[in-house]
Amino acid sequence: MRVLNLTVNGDATEVAAPAHWTLLEVLRYRMGLTGSKQGCDKGDCGACTVLIDGEPQLSCLTVAALAEGHEITTIEGLLPAHLRAGGEGPDPVQEAFDRCGALQCGFCQPGMILSARALLSENPAPTRDEIKAALSGNLCRCTGYTQIYQAVELALAEATGAEPASPSWAPGENPWAKTPEGNARPAVGAAGLTEGTGVAPSGGDSRTNGKAH
Amino acid sequence: MLRLPKFEVAAPQTVDEALALLAEYGADAMLMAGGTDLVPNMKHGLFEPKLVVSVSAIDELQGVAIEDDGTLVIGAATTLQAVATNDEVRRRAPAFAQAAGLVAGPQLRRMGTVGGNVMLDTRCQWYNQTHFWRKSLGFCLKKDGSLCHVVEGGSKCVAAASNDTAPTLMSLGAKLVFARRNSEGQVVRKTLAVDDLYKSDGAFNKKVAGDELLIAVRIPAGAPQHRGAYGKLRDRGSIDFPLLGVAVRIDLDDAGAVADADLVAVALQARPIRLKKAAEALVGNTPGKPGWDEAVDAAAEAAYGQCHPMPNIPGDHDYRREMVPVYVRRTIRAAVAGEGPVHHV
Repeated sequence: MRVLNLTVNGDATEVAAPAHWTLLEVLRYRMGLTGSKQGCDKGDCGACTVLIDGEPQLSCLTVAALAEGHEITTIEGLLPAHLRAGGEGPDPVQEAFDRCGALQCGFCQPGMILSARALLSENPAPTRDEIKAALSGNLCRCTGYTQIYQAVELALAEATGAEPASPSWAPGENPWAKTPEGNARPAVGAAGLTEGTGVAPSGGDSRTNGKAH
Repeated sequence: MLRLPKFEVAAPQTVDEALALLAEYGADAMLMAGGTDLVPNMKHGLFEPKLVVSVSAIDELQGVAIEDDGTLVIGAATTLQAVATNDEVRRRAPAFAQAAGLVAGPQLRRMGTVGGNVMLDTRCQWYNQTHFWRKSLGFCLKKDGSLCHVVEGGSKCVAAASNDTAPTLMSLGAKLVFARRNSEGQVVRKTLAVDDLYKSDGAFNKKVAGDELLIAVRIPAGAPQHRGAYGKLRDRGSIDFPLLGVAVRIDLDDAGAVADADLVAVALQARPIRLKKAAEALVGNTPGKPGWDEAVDAAAEAAYGQCHPMPNIPGDHDYRREMVPVYVRRTIRAAVAGEGPVHHV
């Protein structure tokens, strides 16, 4: 057991964990940050993606002790970072995923959003192929990816003030277009902030605090 | 959920400190760079070091430099992403940059390093599995057992070299700089041609010891009319290790004819293999001129005759063999055209 000095979502924190624990284990089981998902746990699926110094990396393959001295951002940190930067509500990428319904089960979504966030921070105008390549390390088993790519393109269009292209399944109307009343299409998580933005708990994330289920 | 075995971790700041730890702990220590292969392997119970020595904090192992004679010097802990997107590397060693850019997926390339890829453990579908999975088959030659599940009755491990950058570095005549502590405790360095690093033993396919630290990869300046490309076959367009990798180097003369060529393939057997006859088939011919298509076909045919994929890594081995001439042809054409990588997506 050692005390690790980690900087997570902008906060310096001390957390005790064995030397052989991964960053994912420390985030989920010491800090309660269950947004980073434990999928394959061996570097294939991308569900555990976090940003380390702004770059998407896999927390399941990162030895937590070696993450000291680096800025770690998890899905839980995007909204606070956006607010700190003067924005309102969730990060625009989260908002776009929510409005596009770029999820079904939501398990891949935190990693997907963080890879997308890193792409848009690095490349202000990626093409569809560049979006696909940047998200190619995040596997999704339900959406078929199309709405995910559209969500990134929606966030991209809104960041540059351009009118977002209508998704292919909506001929004759553009559900992304802004109207005087606001966005034409309500967000999946409109009733509550967490549902469509990747921070809602999945089945395995519930904490029992020592009690039996 | 896959747990790591217990270990302690050290992050030395200098080569000397790292070598001191290796000398002190001996076989109980293992070097780790990005950890993208070692960590899953430890989770699978394939390695159980007492001390993991991370090289990520050693400044000397970082970055790309160009010497006066045009030699590219790449620090061993430079990430694959950094070399794949480095304009000088892409211009001077296109095949190597392309290979680095096709290793695994985006997150893994930001963690994985050039040195880690050069020193990658061999892979086999009977080896890269959990302890429970391997135990149920009575283990295998490479780890914990005495049977080979690939070659019936086999007594020598045939796990496959699966590092994308290795064949490109061989085709470029790259050299590797290693450091170790001698018996007097002094740090000594040696330079080894990448050709001489690998051996045909899947159990451990490198001719270096565990106390040697890879410092840098040195790629000599290419010929004035250097052409290079890398072709990679895999199931998906991302994440996967190669089912076949082909590196091509072509040097053209002033008249545009092939003065020299080198082809090296990976993901077939324990070491990358040089396709000598395939390269020879190209020499003397001129791209785009009569006879060139026949020369490319002859190179592909020669490669087909030399490459015999085994059921050591995933993917039907007959299919992988049929893809050998396809990838040789396409990668030669991409190199000549100044394009690449050759990839199915």
